Amino acid sequence: MPTVIKDGAILARDRWTVLREATGPEVLQAVPGRSFVLPLAFWLNFRAQLEEYPGERGIWLDSHQTPEPIAADLAEFAVIGLNFPVFADGRSYSNARELRERYRFEGEIRAIGDVMRDQLYYMSRCGFNSFALRHDQDAETCLRAFTDFSTGYQSSVDEPLPLFRRRGGVRRK
Amino acid sequence: MYVYDEYDHRMLAERVAQFRDQTARYVAGKLSDAEFLPLRLQNGLYIQRLAPMLRVAIPYGLLSSRQIRKLAFIARHFDKGYGHLTTRQNIQFNWPELAEAPDILAHLAEVEMHAIQTSGNCIRNVTTDHYAGVAADEVEDSRPWCELIRQWSTFHPEFAHLPRKFKIAVCGTPADQAATQVHDIGVYLIRAESGEVFFRILAGGGLGRTPVIGQVVFNHVEKQDLLTALEAIMRVYNREGRRDNKYKARIKILVRETGVEKFREKVHAEWERIRGSALTLTDAEIERCKSFFIDPDYVKRLNGSDVLVEKLRDDPEFARWHRRNVRPHKQPGYGIVTISLKQTGVAPGDITDGQLEFIADLTDKYSFGEARVSHKQNIILADVEQRRLYDLWRELSTQSLQTPALGLLTDIICCPGGDFCALANAKSIPVAEEIQRFFDDAAELEDIGDLQVNISGCMNACGHHHVGNIGILGVDKRGEEFYQISIGGSSAREASLAKILGPSFARDEVPGVMRTLVDVYQAEKRQDESFLNTYRRIGHEPFRQAVYADSH
Repeated sequence: MPTVIKDGAILARDRWTVLREATGPEVLQAVPGRSFVLPLAFWLNFRAQLEEYPGERGIWLDSHQTPEPIAADLAEFAVIGLNFPVFADGRSYSNARELRERYRFEGEIRAIGDVMRDQLYYMSRCGFNSFALRHDQDAETCLRAFTDFSTGYQSSVDEPLPLFRRRGGVRRK
Repeated sequence: MYVYDEYDHRMLAERVAQFRDQTARYVAGKLSDAEFLPLRLQNGLYIQRLAPMLRVAIPYGLLSSRQIRKLAFIARHFDKGYGHLTTRQNIQFNWPELAEAPDILAHLAEVEMHAIQTSGNCIRNVTTDHYAGVAADEVEDSRPWCELIRQWSTFHPEFAHLPRKFKIAVCGTPADQAATQVHDIGVYLIRAESGEVFFRILAGGGLGRTPVIGQVVFNHVEKQDLLTALEAIMRVYNREGRRDNKYKARIKILVRETGVEKFREKVHAEWERIRGSALTLTDAEIERCKSFFIDPDYVKRLNGSDVLVEKLRDDPEFARWHRRNVRPHKQPGYGIVTISLKQTGVAPGDITDGQLEFIADLTDKYSFGEARVSHKQNIILADVEQRRLYDLWRELSTQSLQTPALGLLTDIICCPGGDFCALANAKSIPVAEEIQRFFDDAAELEDIGDLQVNISGCMNACGHHHVGNIGILGVDKRGEEFYQISIGGSSAREASLAKILGPSFARDEVPGVMRTLVDVYQAEKRQDESFLNTYRRIGHEPFRQAVYADSH
């Protein structure tokens, strides 16, 4: 199980299991007491059968996928995982912003995959509020990443007003 | 120029601290090479052939004398006493120590400079026409818009891991000296017949392996919508740009593979969603940014041109320099002066610590304490009184900085090439020097007139060879350096890509080929027609035939 930082704190226990493969709905009863983050294909393929498995659930999108196919279903998910196959793949940053800003998703958005200390600040700016750290990451060190910068120029999820709307238009002369 | 406030200062200091920590973790083995790579690149640090190279941003080319002195200090204390101006309004230091990079960045921060996003797969330093704000025929000063884009793109959290590097140029002059159309995004300021000024935005231009001229994605964008329009393009590119092949990852390939119509639809659909959001520029912010770029205190009704007329008459060397290196200024009584960094025997764009300090003093004395660097690798003093041009020229002469080469065949754009760069297939600096030595008669050069020669040491095209009137590309043929020559390129408003002449040449043949090309031009030209216009009139064939005549 990866260490998870959520809302700025290290979780003592994380109830979510990320299913990497879209096997079949029967796996959902495999571990009582655990909740699952399903791959997109799982949701799309087995949605009708999922009613037999009550309880909260999540979904995860790979970096080449977009939230559009689940736009009408977002209320079904407590958590949406966004995958980083490699840390240099930046597509999930756009997905996070779109989930927050366009679809107004207010649940947990979790970074999964190749998640390292040096990405966490930008991720948090784009709307991620939870982070499943890569196994070799030191969680205490990672906590410091969120204060790498005190503010940013852009409008983003954590600060919807760009700096120019907060500066107050002070002129030089 | 723009002056940092407490926010800018604080974020820059935080960046320096962040990179210091990252470098320490890398040195301690806690970050792998692969993990440190994008971090150091986005702080301007390459690992080069001989040593690390630090690329420092000069946002839209503007420098204060204080900043120039700091660059001199860095060249002296952390390098071998010189720096190199690049083709994207940056300055590179070729010999710093990796461990000292955070210290250099701290020094730069003292004078509101940095190396942020000067490399890596992110939005790079925004560039513009180096005559911005002083050109007589300008639509509007592009610098405030560049500053707005600089701030928006700096530390942009969504676009730090793009498929590939991303370059934006802004241009407000009809001539276009910013190579706007060969940028990933090119922004033009356009004046409508009503007098209103708006933006036209191109995307998908670029050089490198696949040279492309950008296409219009937004025909008409109101000023307040600039950043939302840019953000819409970036989001589509971040999502859909190819990540499976780094040679197909630039936005130009996405535009081509998607088709410009479809790409435009996607961008506009995205734009409709974010247009009018908080990112929409406010009048107050536009005014604030413009307030940093107001005219200096020009002397009105200057009556000093008698001095100039007399010196132009009496001193032919000065007159030649004046004809080439001084351009019309919007303010009567002033001129725009280019200090050429193309003297023979010096790598194009190279400048020593002593020259930097010397130029810093000149900017204070002659040009309100500010200078610009151009993508053509020269330095510009933008606001010099005409009556003082002669004094300035005399001072430049004491440091061999009076080369009257602006726009001439010897004003060569040249990448560092195989002497420094790990990517290069061939050397480029010695080729530039050989051409300069071959064409060493100032009167003849002036007679040949405007002729842009661009040299790249590999197909990554940092020397912009695709848009040279004559472009020279270094290629490797079974371990030997050869040079492929193209003609007819231009990065100006009527941009065009150069066409390859034919089989490549050994290095010692290049000056002779140049001579043949010039001979064809001079035989064919009509009146004052430039090389480029002659080429456009008579076409490729006469040049090709003349060059390859001997070998058939």
